[in-house]
Amino acid sequence: MYIVETRTKASRIAGIAALVLLVALIAAPLFASRSMIQDLFFILTMLTLAQFWNLLAGYGGLVSVGQHAFVGIGAYTLFGAGILWGMDPIAALLICGVVAAIIAVPTAFFAFRLAGAYFAIGTWVVAEVVRLLVAQWQTLGGGSGTSLPPQARDFIGVETIATLLDVRTAAARDIVTYWLALALAVATIGGIYWLLRTKRGLALAAVRDNIEAAKSVGVDAVRMKWLVFLVSAFGTGIAGGLIYLQKGRVSPDAAFSVTDWTAFVIFIVVIGGIGTVEGPIIGVIVFFLLQSLLADYGSAYLIVLGALGIVIMLFAPRGIWGLISARTGIQLFPIRRRLRRAATSTKPTTGERHG
Amino acid sequence: MPILSLQNVSKSFGALKVTDDVSFDVPQGQALGIIGPNGAGKSTLFNLITGNIAADRGTVIFDGQDVTRVSPMQRCLAGVGRSFQIPQPFSNLTVFENLVVAAAHGQARREKDVADMCATILERTELIDRANDPAGGLSLLQRKRLELARAMATRPKLLLLDEIAGGLTEGECQALIRTIRAIHAEGTTIIWIEHVLHALNSVVERLLVLDFGRVIGLGEPAAIMASREVREIYLGIDI
Repeated sequence: MYIVETRTKASRIAGIAALVLLVALIAAPLFASRSMIQDLFFILTMLTLAQFWNLLAGYGGLVSVGQHAFVGIGAYTLFGAGILWGMDPIAALLICGVVAAIIAVPTAFFAFRLAGAYFAIGTWVVAEVVRLLVAQWQTLGGGSGTSLPPQARDFIGVETIATLLDVRTAAARDIVTYWLALALAVATIGGIYWLLRTKRGLALAAVRDNIEAAKSVGVDAVRMKWLVFLVSAFGTGIAGGLIYLQKGRVSPDAAFSVTDWTAFVIFIVVIGGIGTVEGPIIGVIVFFLLQSLLADYGSAYLIVLGALGIVIMLFAPRGIWGLISARTGIQLFPIRRRLRRAATSTKPTTGERHG
Repeated sequence: MPILSLQNVSKSFGALKVTDDVSFDVPQGQALGIIGPNGAGKSTLFNLITGNIAADRGTVIFDGQDVTRVSPMQRCLAGVGRSFQIPQPFSNLTVFENLVVAAAHGQARREKDVADMCATILERTELIDRANDPAGGLSLLQRKRLELARAMATRPKLLLLDEIAGGLTEGECQALIRTIRAIHAEGTTIIWIEHVLHALNSVVERLLVLDFGRVIGLGEPAAIMASREVREIYLGIDI
């Protein structure tokens, strides 16, 4: 007599539009210039980082400002695997995620003892500690960093793509890393959206609203925090590895940059709309446009970003997507479970029912 | 065998003894009322039963198992359901989702298997028309109903109600009593803290009086209400 629905008309249209966009993005290397592919790579990897930070802070209530630790760990795992073990970088990407998740365990063990602002500072401190430790690692260039050796740069598929598309090896490398970034971003969005639609996603929302009440209805709040923290570390680690596979050169200051991999990521989520899957997508586009527009203005660019972030936080705390969604009611990734009376009982009938 | 048994349970906050050597049993299927002046330790006693507060001393036995050191989540899974004195809805979830999260996690069942049950509870608690609205927008009566509905969604063997009738109008109160009676009639054991005595006494079979963390009376409601000590301490009547 009752049915539960989550899909909306907008989400069906969005699903079709997303498929078309996905096909266009997969085919992009056929018609796009090399610099455009690099821009798209940047957008997709930032989007992945933003989705994971949003999962942590927006859904899990864990406001971490130390996610650059996992980007750096991913980057150095990739270089370590390539330089020390001569591993194929694409295979090493998975290891980047695993290593990040392993290091996330002791991090969480300490950080979960802290709450709110203390948690945020705690994660930052951990990231600094990891950066300082990595800077001592002389085999990987110590404080000044190192480049990926030539043999480690010719990973699977590059030669094939170079011949197929008739481009130079360097361009082919960009194309392969771009496809990997696209796959990672799609898997991230799909995976997070799937999680939010399961009963664990509902539990996350319940914990965020009221942790005591959540525990009292049988929600394992501690397990939810661990799940979110480890999943985010895993994904952020892979993204970190991929970003530095494309760059081909790593140094502790760049790979563990709080500005590049945490502040910008937070900016993207906040202006886009925290606690929504759509938010980071809007946010990363706005961020990219601002960055392109303000590229020539040096540090004034950061001042503009910061000011804009503050304005959004004050006047639109749910971000740009929050404004759009509140005005129009549109949800592209709906997670609401709506209870509906089945068609037979919508009308209160006094006589015989026709169904 | 009693479904719930407290044995010499004590809890202090600093120097203040909030629960002082409390022992009592609740037989399966009974409705027990708890009364006492403000600050007598009634809500703390609830939190000791649900596990939101850990006891300093003593033992809490639920359904034959020692649960003294068991987490609130595990106690919920074992069959302890509660409402909060100040309603604590999951404000950004809909009313229906509030119940689904409780039913799916509190009973460790799959989400699609609990949807019908949640809809039925919403009908019984007269919240069905608000099913798809965010719980944050409910009125006081509806919030109280949601507290009850959400606790029921976990399918409790023991239902703890904390001042669920407080602040309601007489008509609202009567409607709520009917719902609670119906739940009790199905065999759910109930412990109910309430200041609205006529509401309480129309449902419960036994009354427990708490004062300064101690049990000062336990028995038939009529006998308890007539006792001199209770009248003096609780009703503030100077004899």
